[in-house]
Amino acid sequence: MTTLQAKQASKSGAVHGGAGHNNADDGFSDLHPAYSTLQAMAESNRCLYCYDAPCVTACPTSIDIPSFIRKISTGNPDGAAKTILSANIMGGTCARACPTEVLCEEACVRNVAEDTAVEIGSLQRYAVDHLMARDLPHPFKRAPKTGKTIAVVGAGPAGLSCAHRAAMLGHDVVVFEAKPKPGGLNEYGLAAYKMTNDFAQREVEFLLGIGGIEIEYNKALGKDINLADLKAKYDAVFVGVGLGSTNDLGLKGEDFPGVDDAINFIEKLRQTEPKSDMPVGNNVIVIGGGNTAIDAAVQAKRLGAEEVTLVYRRGAENMSATEFEQDLAKTNGVVVRYWAKPVAIKANGKLMGMEFEKTELDASGKLVGTGETFEVRADQILKAIGQKIKTDDLAGMEITGGKIVVDKNYQTTAPGVFAGGDCIKSGEDLTVQSVEDGKQAAIAIDAFLKSA
Amino acid sequence: MADLSCKIAGIDSLNPFWLASAPPTDKKYNVVRAFEAGWGGVVWKTLGIDPPVVNVSSRYGAHHDQNRRLLGINNIELISDRPLATNLQEIRECRKEYPDHVIIGSMMAPIEERAWKDLAQQIAESGVHGLELNLGCPHGMCERGMGSAIGQVPEMVEQVTRWVKDAVDIPVFTKLTPNITNILWSAEAALKGGADAVSLINTVNSIVSVDIDNMIPEPVVDGKGTHGGYCGSAVKPIALNMVAEIARTPETRDLEISGIGGITTWKDAVEFMALGSNAVQVCTAAMIYGFRVVDDLIDGMSQWMDDKGYTSVEQFTRAAVPQVSDWNELNMNFDTKAVINPDNCIECGRCHIACEDTSHQAITMTDKPEGGRLFEVVDEECVGCNLCYHICPVPDCITMEPVKTDKPPMTWPEHPLNPMRVAAE
Repeated sequence: MTTLQAKQASKSGAVHGGAGHNNADDGFSDLHPAYSTLQAMAESNRCLYCYDAPCVTACPTSIDIPSFIRKISTGNPDGAAKTILSANIMGGTCARACPTEVLCEEACVRNVAEDTAVEIGSLQRYAVDHLMARDLPHPFKRAPKTGKTIAVVGAGPAGLSCAHRAAMLGHDVVVFEAKPKPGGLNEYGLAAYKMTNDFAQREVEFLLGIGGIEIEYNKALGKDINLADLKAKYDAVFVGVGLGSTNDLGLKGEDFPGVDDAINFIEKLRQTEPKSDMPVGNNVIVIGGGNTAIDAAVQAKRLGAEEVTLVYRRGAENMSATEFEQDLAKTNGVVVRYWAKPVAIKANGKLMGMEFEKTELDASGKLVGTGETFEVRADQILKAIGQKIKTDDLAGMEITGGKIVVDKNYQTTAPGVFAGGDCIKSGEDLTVQSVEDGKQAAIAIDAFLKSA
Repeated sequence: MADLSCKIAGIDSLNPFWLASAPPTDKKYNVVRAFEAGWGGVVWKTLGIDPPVVNVSSRYGAHHDQNRRLLGINNIELISDRPLATNLQEIRECRKEYPDHVIIGSMMAPIEERAWKDLAQQIAESGVHGLELNLGCPHGMCERGMGSAIGQVPEMVEQVTRWVKDAVDIPVFTKLTPNITNILWSAEAALKGGADAVSLINTVNSIVSVDIDNMIPEPVVDGKGTHGGYCGSAVKPIALNMVAEIARTPETRDLEISGIGGITTWKDAVEFMALGSNAVQVCTAAMIYGFRVVDDLIDGMSQWMDDKGYTSVEQFTRAAVPQVSDWNELNMNFDTKAVINPDNCIECGRCHIACEDTSHQAITMTDKPEGGRLFEVVDEECVGCNLCYHICPVPDCITMEPVKTDKPPMTWPEHPLNPMRVAAE
């Protein structure tokens, strides 16, 4: 573990010990507790106020990090929040959920000589929380009304970011959301200990404070609404539907009770209060190597699962989960097994476990099974092997490689229809990238409408 | 460990570190704790003529950096608010219990001969090693015709010093205020009056901050504030210059100097002594951290002396004075350039933007092929101003390297571009 990771791990305090479910806080309190004023003062003073700072370049939304940190240090946290939110209206969620250790904090020059970045994420949360805790008018003003109305499909990070920026630019926006609540993965997909105190909903409420945005719930694309109608009724359309489907293992018994997608498990957990009401198996297997796999494994453990085994078909260095997330799993008592792939689901009236085959790379670098197998018993199996786009709702737009094709202005092959977020190929499938997509798409839509 | 003992105004001291006349030396309890901690001496909090003054609440304002480190304190406290007899009794006890430690009696009176002489004699009888004349307090007492009200008039400085010298036969330190236009005038006056040494600087007149919620200068006393005396590391540069001016000026250079003004570390103390102080006084550092700071003052100075081969403090006292000169004596043909060591550079870009925006556009920023940014000095543009060297957050990343030159030294009075130049014969 690097110094940085050790420091971040220790930051999460008691809930980080793997015995979270035994704690009075139910194991789902803040992974990184909010800064006190003293912590914010001390940490903000570690920032060197770099010129043309590498952290800004590393942020997908290009938040002016040195400026906002300086504002915290001078006693202007609300000004700091406005600096953050002007680049990233979901700066509050990103402060909590961003893998900062591979983004801004990885670029921090304090790593070079000291191996300890400024904790930019925690400072960002301090500033945004400070502003949101005050009963102030929405910090951004709308431009004069353009008379144009934009339809946004999906009230996730991409859709809401697009809606907010479009509203700022003077357009009216109607958002169509398939689920009964807004927020997308902020509400349904992020681990509970990253988004405490109903933050996703509070952030949406704050975002809508700009005015000019209306949300219609339980309106799913392809079912309740369709693109052709939206195109006809609105001046422009933005599609931010995310990835509505998941990959399968291709094994017999995948529909067996107890076998579920990790994102479904997390979604149910996020909507359960108190968290202790959420059922969990005694022996849980999680398949996958991304942050979703880690989130599912750690939360299963904290819910009280006796044994959680995370199985990944390659080595630790191949996991898309960051080192910090991998360490989080281990320190929470998750058993991680590398180089093994599932070959059979074992059931005997009820779910019994899973059979795995050990894997290795052959001479050509291809992943192959070794023929050696082992079994892991389980009464719950969670699959986190990737999500994919739900193509049947997206008729009219070209889709390649599982992603909606867009040009540099975020416009799809359907004229007047723009897209962003996880459903397009931009950067990583991260909240912060979706916010950037939504913001840039709104700016592009504005230009499109003005040129029309 | 090097020998730190020293002598000032004929008084032997275990080490050059005394506590200045201020709240830390207000009474026996504090002074005993100071001596036990290792301070060589104390200047007792200023004594006046009974009845004692009455102090207000609150008394201190602060100049913080953004990390709440105190850069300076300002105070509006007056002189000792305890009866003279109580103070003198405690001084006698301390002298008896700590015979090897120095106690100087600080005093203040209105500008009347009898008042100064009577008070000086009473304090001298308590057994103090010397007297320090407080002619510097810039708040409160000056409104009563004392403190800086006397210290700002050279004739009064001379007169008061002479009165006290005539009245007692122990060494007299005249304490100077920095709140004047030229420190040499009051230093010369003290010398003429017969002072054995001068102590400087007293606090700098100041308003340290304003409560912007209520629009009152701080510290706030029931809705109002007043100017007070500023001290702490922020005043060190002001004090160093005044000490150096006295030490290098022929008319005042024979004065011994007790250096005061923001001394916080052993290095500060060495600097004060190198520029002319025979010993030093400390207050604010002790007020911020407690008397224990003397441990590093002693240890750090001693360690440094060992490293440099000094065996007594006299060997470096005034050692930097000959190098303090007028601007007109500086060599115009000297040139130095910044050199950035890329191995130590953390690529913060601060040197670039400081030079680009505010100086000479002499540091370029380019992308490195392997990623990251390279900062380089353009020698033709660099004037050797030191700005980048000072603002760089990394020690030893930027150095200033003198440029080799064949040109002989040349001062401004000799310079061909000087219209006032006296043509060489």
